[in-house]
Amino acid sequence: MPVIDVKHLSKRYGGTVAVADVSFTVEAGEIFGILGPNGAGKTTTVECLAGLRTPDGGTVSVLGCEPRDPQLRQSVGVQLQESSLPDKLTVREALELWSAFYPQPADWRQLAADLGLSGKLGERYAKLSGGQKQRLSIALALVGNPRIAILDELTTGLDPQARRDTWELIAGVRDRGVTIVLVTHFMEEAERLCDRLAVIDSGAVVALDTPAGLVARVSAEQRIRFRPSVPVADELLTGLDGVREVVRHGPQVEVVGHGNVLQVVTAALAAHEIIANDLRVEQASLDDAFVRLTGRAAEEA
Amino acid sequence: MTVFAKLTRSELRLYLREPMLVFWGLIFPSVLVVILGCVPAFRESNPDIGGRRVIDLYVGIAVILTVAMLALQVAPAVLATYRERGILRRLATTPAPPVALLGAQLVVSMLTAVVSIGLVLLVGRLGFDVPLPRRPAGFLLAFLLTAGAALAIGLLVAAVAPSGKAANAIGSVLFFPTMFFAGLWTPREAFPEVLRRISDLTPLGAGEKAVAAAMSGSWPSWGSLTVLVAYMVVFGFAAARLFRWE
Repeated sequence: MPVIDVKHLSKRYGGTVAVADVSFTVEAGEIFGILGPNGAGKTTTVECLAGLRTPDGGTVSVLGCEPRDPQLRQSVGVQLQESSLPDKLTVREALELWSAFYPQPADWRQLAADLGLSGKLGERYAKLSGGQKQRLSIALALVGNPRIAILDELTTGLDPQARRDTWELIAGVRDRGVTIVLVTHFMEEAERLCDRLAVIDSGAVVALDTPAGLVARVSAEQRIRFRPSVPVADELLTGLDGVREVVRHGPQVEVVGHGNVLQVVTAALAAHEIIANDLRVEQASLDDAFVRLTGRAAEEA
Repeated sequence: MTVFAKLTRSELRLYLREPMLVFWGLIFPSVLVVILGCVPAFRESNPDIGGRRVIDLYVGIAVILTVAMLALQVAPAVLATYRERGILRRLATTPAPPVALLGAQLVVSMLTAVVSIGLVLLVGRLGFDVPLPRRPAGFLLAFLLTAGAALAIGLLVAAVAPSGKAANAIGSVLFFPTMFFAGLWTPREAFPEVLRRISDLTPLGAGEKAVAAAMSGSWPSWGSLTVLVAYMVVFGFAAARLFRWE
């Protein structure tokens, strides 16, 4: 039984269609990613899940309830983009106040420690760095011990180390049985954390699969590049099983193929006593999948 | 402690951390009484204002000033800033309803007003022999209705202002004319007849009239109470209809 069920969701603002037709389900205990370029409708979709917006069409059910149901506020923790706190509220006061909102709050001291905020408890919100504000925001989304956490642009604004620490924390939260909906445009984050991903573009789901499944969908091809120790004839390679194409870049040879092409090529080279220097294998990444599916580079997203 | 009590405590703490807001809301009205009380002529009976002393009138005016500061300057700016910065929206995702924050803000305004007005009365009494309100119940009624009317106007400002800065600007624009009619620059008693009649229909003019009546021992007139209730109902209704949470 899915904990979130979205069917044909649509939402427009005036004449602009933000979400045209989005359907997906999220299973209990999984980390579900929503990936897509800017303006694709990701944030509108999660705002409908969080009960902040009323859909124009379709149905959304969260833990079997309508998203606006006040009962859900206890079970769903939300971290929003672009929401802040009063400048002079300290980290401790924010955490204490937020835990008072919930019937069974988590231990906020532990949460602060997990998020590296223990040394900042007395600091006022305005004095925090961007990354610290973001971590506090994540802590507030988790302090109510939610069954579902909706995290919009979780690690935007964090430095690489803090980003990795946050991923670990989120993985730990999931291990406690919390279902997580993650909006992101970091491919690495999606690949590392998400069990399944919905790629949204122009208000519709264009693909829904595991990260590996999405990559496989785009291309099973590999590109092998190397600099041979002695010149090598194209025919030696083009005749091999699984090789589709051989391209030359100066002294470098690039072999494009699929299946076991890497073993086949290295075995053939070894048989001719040719050493492949600077050997590199390139496989399609989630990045490539994203570009192929949306026609845009991930950095624009 | 309930969620509302905790929110109120948090709002009160945040208010006390703003030195400028504390000065204008809590200290300045009493300072004004002290300054005016130090002018010798203001401590003598004046035939132009019916034989009373200027300082006697200004204690009542300082009461209205307190309400105006908190309701038109402080509360709208705080609430509009909360909306502008997504704090109300964020609260909407928790079990604490955003309207509780609004309520907490109103409680803080009222608490501050009570303390500040207490200080004004005390300074007037101890420093310059201005009698305490001779009809305390009438004074309380006049205060509550004036605060209600002014806060309703302040909430409407918070409802329509797109940002905290805009709310501050609108609040200030309203502050000067309404306080003029309450007699901040020239007491209402020295107004020409036409001006006084106009003043009777303004929120703070009606408030000052009601407070002054209770100070000198009579009940506030039905006229001024009606004006105050009308402002409270009309502006409160409009604010409730127009208030946006995001």
